[in-house]
Amino acid sequence: MNTMKNNLPSLPGPENIKRFELENGSVLLCLNNPNSSSFYMVGLLKAASKYEDKTRIGLADFTASMLTRGTEHRDFNQIHELLESAGASLNFSASNQNTWFSGRALAEDLPMLINLSADCLLHPTFPSAYLERMRAQILTSLDIRDQDTGEMASLTADKLLFPDHPYGEPLDGYPHTIQAITRSDMIDFHQSYYFPHEMILVFAGGVEAEQVLEQVNRSFSGWNSAQKKLLPVDVPITSTKEAVRKHIEIPGKSQMDVLIGCQGPARPADDFLAIHLGNDILGQFGMMGRIGEEVRVKAGLAYYASSSLNSWMDSGVWEVSAGVNPKNTEKAIELILEELQKFCSQPVTDEELQDSKSHLVGRLALSLESNAGLANAIMGMEHFKFSLDYYHRYAGFINAITADDIVQASRKYLDKDKMIIVSAGSQASKGNT
Amino acid sequence: MNNYWNNVDKITLDNGLTILLKEIHTAPLISQWVWYRVGSRNEQAGKTGISHFLEHLQFKGTPKYPHQFLDHAISRDGGIWNAMTYLDWTTYFETMPADKIDLSLELEVDRMVNNQFKPEEIESERTVILSEREGNENEPTFRLSEAVQKAAFPGHPYQHEVIGESEDIRTISRDDLIQHYRENYHPGNAVLALAGDFNVAEMQSKLKQLYENVTAGAYQPQAIHRDEPPEKETRIVVEGPGETTFLDISYRAPCAIEEDFFTLTVLDSILSGPSSLNMFGGGSISNKTSRLYQQLVEKDLAVSISGGVTATIDPYLFGISATIHPAHTPEESIRVIDEQIRRLQEEKVKMEEIQRAVKQARALFSYGSENITNQAFWMGYANMFADYDWFINYIQQLEQVSAEELQRVAQIYLQPSRRVVGIYQPTSAGRQ
Repeated sequence: MNTMKNNLPSLPGPENIKRFELENGSVLLCLNNPNSSSFYMVGLLKAASKYEDKTRIGLADFTASMLTRGTEHRDFNQIHELLESAGASLNFSASNQNTWFSGRALAEDLPMLINLSADCLLHPTFPSAYLERMRAQILTSLDIRDQDTGEMASLTADKLLFPDHPYGEPLDGYPHTIQAITRSDMIDFHQSYYFPHEMILVFAGGVEAEQVLEQVNRSFSGWNSAQKKLLPVDVPITSTKEAVRKHIEIPGKSQMDVLIGCQGPARPADDFLAIHLGNDILGQFGMMGRIGEEVRVKAGLAYYASSSLNSWMDSGVWEVSAGVNPKNTEKAIELILEELQKFCSQPVTDEELQDSKSHLVGRLALSLESNAGLANAIMGMEHFKFSLDYYHRYAGFINAITADDIVQASRKYLDKDKMIIVSAGSQASKGNT
Repeated sequence: MNNYWNNVDKITLDNGLTILLKEIHTAPLISQWVWYRVGSRNEQAGKTGISHFLEHLQFKGTPKYPHQFLDHAISRDGGIWNAMTYLDWTTYFETMPADKIDLSLELEVDRMVNNQFKPEEIESERTVILSEREGNENEPTFRLSEAVQKAAFPGHPYQHEVIGESEDIRTISRDDLIQHYRENYHPGNAVLALAGDFNVAEMQSKLKQLYENVTAGAYQPQAIHRDEPPEKETRIVVEGPGETTFLDISYRAPCAIEEDFFTLTVLDSILSGPSSLNMFGGGSISNKTSRLYQQLVEKDLAVSISGGVTATIDPYLFGISATIHPAHTPEESIRVIDEQIRRLQEEKVKMEEIQRAVKQARALFSYGSENITNQAFWMGYANMFADYDWFINYIQQLEQVSAEELQRVAQIYLQPSRRVVGIYQPTSAGRQ
């Protein structure tokens, strides 16, 4: 609608991303956004919760959260004085596949943030006083988790979807495993799994790639993967064997959280995009898709009722969730199961297909407007080993999907004989809705 | 910040509609926000939650754009839309690819006057809102905050949570909703803010054409009596399930247009860490060097601490919240908070601390500016309790705060007599 578009950034792609393979085996990617006076950084390492011992569940995330509690060069206060006086942020956390770090700062503070990130990753000291303080904070958050109907439904569903597998365990652990973790567990985990081989670092914002490269080389110099332990072989994922219905009673709650789910496709899987598009139709498009239309709009049973797809390197989860008055729990479950059954029995309509294709392609501009959106998109391409022109080809991938692709792929995952149904809340609660 | 933010075009149509426009060409997007000067502040006892209820019904469609049409059209174009109701205002927004903005321009003028209030849709939405409230009630911190708010404003509508009392949500009638709509949804009570990839002259002409035939509303909102700050401290205890104790201390604060509001914003940053005006993205800055974090979390009396002051028409609250360490009591944290407040009242703050608070605010604006939706939000937001100059001068106002002013504001506003102390006491035994 306006002709002044010469300063609009284009999609991230090989023409505007600079990619460097560093000597220590890590990869650095940078996108300069001349419109921004700040930058966003995201990185990942191989250290992951899947390498935790069963008696130490929560160790990966506990370790990550301790990185900013003290290093060989700076104590807790010095680290946070540097960050907060610059208006910057730096966070570390673990997932089942990786340890992630992210931060942002004004462009003028680029050297500080890279230098501090390297210091935290390479030289943490895990001071005992902070370890105990952090342990108390985690234990309190676990107490709060126990009272959170949504969190407890999700945690229970994960355990049922991935029985006897690290993916079924919570990243923040259990009280008894958090209590058991020692400083030496943490030092050992750090020495074994924190190494630069296959580390990915992405920067987007008002910073030049060459400046980033120079600073990364300087700050991370001397870090190599010589000390790394041979990574354990991943535990194979088995599919769920049967449908399960489980209730978690949490007294005194007004609302019941309901979660119905199954294992989903891995992000690199051939049928991922068909399920991604199908999920949009099922529980995202417009007012939360078909699920929202039936459960919220028509039946008025819930404030939220939608579906979500969370996929990673070798698996994923496809879930429908809703928050309902306890007396409407069974009715909501019945409605959702009916919709899932319908979704697998007949192809989506042509109108639904075109609408959701247009939605997924059209929303790219919005999701890529910020430095964080750009950096995370670039991270996704590198992490999942897609080529850097992925976003240029994305519309083509989406537009090639047929209604038949969606129904076939959905039948593979949405198997009613293996569906997990979890509710969490208070069955005794007498709502008046 | 000033040069950049001064570049906003403002016009007022004959029917009273204020339009604010800002060209930003960093992404092919446009964000539109339509604000109404009505929120829970304007509600009578027995009708609490009516502004929020009405906001839900504004998504039910009109004869021109029936239910589902808009949801689908906006999603199809890759846009987002939503709405929010708060103490002083209700707002609706759409952020769209720039070449798809026309539909959202048309839908906002349409739903300003053409809501149908179908009885079956009102009933269906009533249960959805009750469900939303039940979800809130699941959270101990909501229960505590609701009780504190009620105790803090015995004589002012700010005493109610925006979502309203369950009993009122159940009994608000269709006629009530229609009356609330007719009285408050008209051009004279609205501000339209647009930011993004458009040409101001073209957009002005388009908006004039869309809105010039909408009749100006005659209704003048009832004056709200400002109650006096409390004269003595109130302490309340809320009991409920769980194993965690929460603390909420809320002081009667100045309203947004008073100079003391900015001083209190800097004071909050020093005491409990920086707060952000960003609604969409932009992240946050941690508060680990703040005085209360250092004295409460670093001393193992609490596991987290936060604070904040809210920009409102009438004086609202400056709140300090803490999650209490399982081995300690809330009374210990209260004692430390009182000591730190006394320190602010007795000793001058160093310039470095003030300068840090200002740099943090500037950084948060920079991060939030990456997002067109934030930028359009800020333009309209300031008009709900002040005017756009409030926003333009925000950083400058913070920069002018002196150590003497901080001390004076701490002495006036942070008196125990002006506060409500709320404790959420868990009924479970706790982990041994």
